[in-house]
Parts: sequence; C-alpha cells; structure tokens
Amino acid sequence: MAYQGFGKYKEVLSARSADEEIRNIAQDGGTTTALLCFALETGFIDGAVLTKKSSREWVPAQYVATTRDEILQSAKSVYALSPSLYRLKEATRERALSKVGYVGLPCQIEAVRKMQLYPFGARDIVESLALVIGIFCFENFYPESLKAIVEGLGEEPLEDVVRMRCASGKFRTEGEKGIIVPLKQASRYIQDGDRICPDLVSEWADISAGSVGSDPGWNTVFLRTKKGHDFFQQATGAGAIETKEISEEGLKALEKLAVAKKDRAKKHIAKREELGLYVTRDIYY
Amino acid sequence: MSKPKFAYVHLAACSGCEISFLDNFERLLDMMDMVDIEYMTLIKDATDIPKVDIVFVDGAACLQSEDAVETLKKARENATYLVAWGGCSSTATINNFSRGGQLPQPQHESFPPIKRLVKVDASVPGSPPGPGMAYNVIRAFVEGDLDYLKYLSSYSLGGFACGCDLWKDIVDNGLCIGCGACAMACPTRAITMVEGRPNNVFERCVKCGACYAQCPRSFLPTAAIEKLMDRLMED
Ligand code: SF4
Ligand code: SF4
Repeated sequence: MAYQGFGKYKEVLSARSADEEIRNIAQDGGTTTALLCFALETGFIDGAVLTKKSSREWVPAQYVATTRDEILQSAKSVYALSPSLYRLKEATRERALSKVGYVGLPCQIEAVRKMQLYPFGARDIVESLALVIGIFCFENFYPESLKAIVEGLGEEPLEDVVRMRCASGKFRTEGEKGIIVPLKQASRYIQDGDRICPDLVSEWADISAGSVGSDPGWNTVFLRTKKGHDFFQQATGAGAIETKEISEEGLKALEKLAVAKKDRAKKHIAKREELGLYVTRDIYY
Repeated sequence: MSKPKFAYVHLAACSGCEISFLDNFERLLDMMDMVDIEYMTLIKDATDIPKVDIVFVDGAACLQSEDAVETLKKARENATYLVAWGGCSSTATINNFSRGGQLPQPQHESFPPIKRLVKVDASVPGSPPGPGMAYNVIRAFVEGDLDYLKYLSSYSLGGFACGCDLWKDIVDNGLCIGCGACAMACPTRAITMVEGRPNNVFERCVKCGACYAQCPRSFLPTAAIEKLMDRLMED
C-alpha cells in the first residue's frame, strides 16, 4: 500500500533496542541509541553529534559523543531547540573524527543534505558524515516555552520531570506529578518556523525513527538510503535491534499526521506570501 | 560540445580560496577531466586570460588599481560564464574594512564586490568556500545543471553580505528553526547560538555571506536533494 507524506524509503518497520538497559532509559524503544552504540562498537562511526538534557530545567546541550556512556546520555527526547549542527565543526576539525554520526530533526536533516550539496562553510564535514539519523517531529519549543507549558499550564516544576512526550494530541510528562496538556494548547508556544516545515518523518535521513505508528515501547523506523538499510540489517543481524512488522493502522495514523504537517506548511507559506514576506526558496515539496 | 575551457583569475585576496580550490586533491583530476584549465597562475604558466567558457574570479578588484579593474573586465569579456568564487569577489569580505591606507599600497582603499563592476553569473560566498563547492559548480556547469546553479545567482548570495542577512530574511520572517548551520558555516566564529537563534558578534563578522548561504531557510535545493537521495538509495 502506498502512503502519502513519508518520502522515499526501502522499508518501514517497528523496532526496538535488544538491550534492556537502553530500553529502560530511552524515550521509546531506544532504537536510535542502540544503533549509535552498535555503530560505535563496530567502527561504523567514531563519534556522533547529539543532544542531551543539560540541566535540571531541560535546557538542551549539544555535544560530541565518542563513548557508549556518552551516547546513552542522549537517550531521551528534549523538546526544545538544539542548534547541534554547530558541533559538526568541533567533531571534524577539533576532534578530528572522520566517521561522524548525526542525529537531528527533519529541518536539521534538510540542512545536512543542503550542506552536502552546497558546502559553503562546511569544509571536511561532508566527507566525514557516516550516518544521518532523523527523528520524527511535528513541532518544537524554545526552552522558555517548555517552562511555560510545564510550569505555567501544567503547574509542575520542570525539575521534577523525568521524561516528556508529545503523542496522541497530548503533551505529557512523567515524574513527581506528571502532567497532561492538550497539544492544541501547548502548540501556541511552538517556534514560528515550524509552521512552514513540511517534513514529519525526516524524509532525507539515512534512517528515520519515531514513536507514532508503533506499539508502546517500540519505534517506527524508515530505512531510506542503501547505507542506512545495510547498516540496519547488520545491527539486527548482530542482535542489537529487534524488529517486527508494523501494522496498517499504525502507518495510517502516521500518514494522517504527516499529511497534516504538509497541509499546515502549505497554508502558512501561502499566508506569508500574501503578506509579501520572504519565504524560503523552494521549501515545499 | 568539446571540453569546456576554464580560467581562474586571482585579484586582491589572501589566496585561501585558491588553496581551497586546490584542496580538492584527487577530485582535482576529475575537474581536469571535465574542463581544460587554460589559465591559473598557480598551476599553469600563462600570462594572458584566454577566451574560455567558464571563469572563476577570486578576490576583489581594487578601484584604485587600473590593472585590477582591467583584469576583471577582461575576464568578463573573455568568458561565457563568470563565477565570483569566494567571499572577496562575491561580497568583498574582509576587503570591506580596507578603508584608506591599508594594503597592498597606501592609496588602495576600496574593493567593492565584483558584481558592481561586471555582470556575475554565479556567486559562491564563504571565506573560503568548502573545496567541494568548486567541484560542484564546475560539474553543474559542464552538465548544464541549472537546478544547481540557479541559487548561486540570487542577489543575497552576492553583494553586501553579513550576519544580519539572517535577521533580515530568516529570523525577522519567522523562518529560523534554530539548527545552527549558520554558526557552523561562519569562518570567524562570529555567530553564537542564543536561545536557539543566531547572535552575531559584529566585531568578528567579516561579511563573507557563508552563514546566509548555508542556512536551510535561505534556499532549500529541494529538487537537487531529491536527486541526491535517489543516488543514496542506490549506492
Ligand atoms: S557572521 Fe560569519 S559567516 Fe556570516 S557573514 Fe559574518 S563572517 Fe561570514
Ligand atoms: S542556519 Fe538559518 S535556520 Fe539555522 S539557526 Fe541559522 S538562521 Fe536559523
């Protein structure tokens, strides 16, 4: 069956880390974390540019991980802006890594691919990118917005939160109290640029992963490029990743969201054009 | 078409862009397969700019140097397609600050971007641009890949550039998504990311234009990326 809004891919399936330690600390199935650990162990990458929660207030930090322990620090999602592309320069120039893994949001994967084709200021980076993993994303927040949602709307101190999730129309936290805020309400606080972003499932990554579409504790995974596909096969073959078939209902739910994101982008682009504002050239696809 | 002829003309600049061009190492051989390098003083013994199909002009033409201005005009006249290669030629970069009594001679004081003096077909900002840009531009020219070249002819990629272009076009218009590509591209580390937005330290900005060009929200080469993905799916 052909679906709308997923981009090109070779295969889509449900997956999770075979390693319980990773599953326990991860956001969902821990597939991304497990893939990164496996890539590091096998020398497929010699480091990765990642994002982690840096403070008790959930401010994201961008860093270069070169050990398993460092990779594990990135296991949970932080729903706040993380300009991590900057660290690619540190990874290649200062740390002299030659096989770099990168995990980013759809808009960041767009930037990576643009950089591959137009390396205006990206000397040495293009050749050093070994694995590009994209995360699903519908929208993203300023760190201050997270505070407004969790503390303002949810009345829970950010410091008490141990995990956050955006799923099924709800923004939820786990922790001392655990709050649920309808995404409709939380969405007021997204960064404006997300409103014209057409990509939910990181259509241009080697591998993309997210939670929507799969059972709790599992990830939905798109294997896109040959490199991504082969590497994933290797990881499952070696027992680092478990997989199962993904259901049609799951994919339909994901499709609905992907199409909604594209429609939103189309609408907002038209609105801005009407106002005579500059809009990114050729953004819509 | 027979093999296109290529020339490389060097005006006032630090030579970083020329080095970047040569930093293609083994890919340089591929480039030589694509074009005949007829003129490039660093690697070839030729004194006059010949008629060519494509010319890379690196550096700025000093208005107080008749020689420089004439060389630029000649490069334009003799070439079908003129590429402003690197910051100095496309935005004037550091030359913007050479006002009065600075090098190369005390009276040499103004170095506008070359598009104010001649028609430029493509601008490649960056101080210097990554070596891959030279390869990509030459390949696109030879293959007639207009999808690739069209973005390099947009105003914002050449002219007077600085980190503020990010404000004017991207941040002010609610387009920025806080990816950090601009900070990554800046050769002088003039950009820090504050709360997910670029913050320019003006004292450090040399006005090379790399940040704006690299930003995924200035232009997104969708068609070219789709082609790249097709390639990556196969090998
Ligand atoms: S901020 Fe940096 S990249 Fe942007 S124009 Fe200035 S020097 Fe160039
Ligand atoms: S590159 Fe563009 S979108 Fe990314 S942080 Fe800089 S201004 Fe924002």
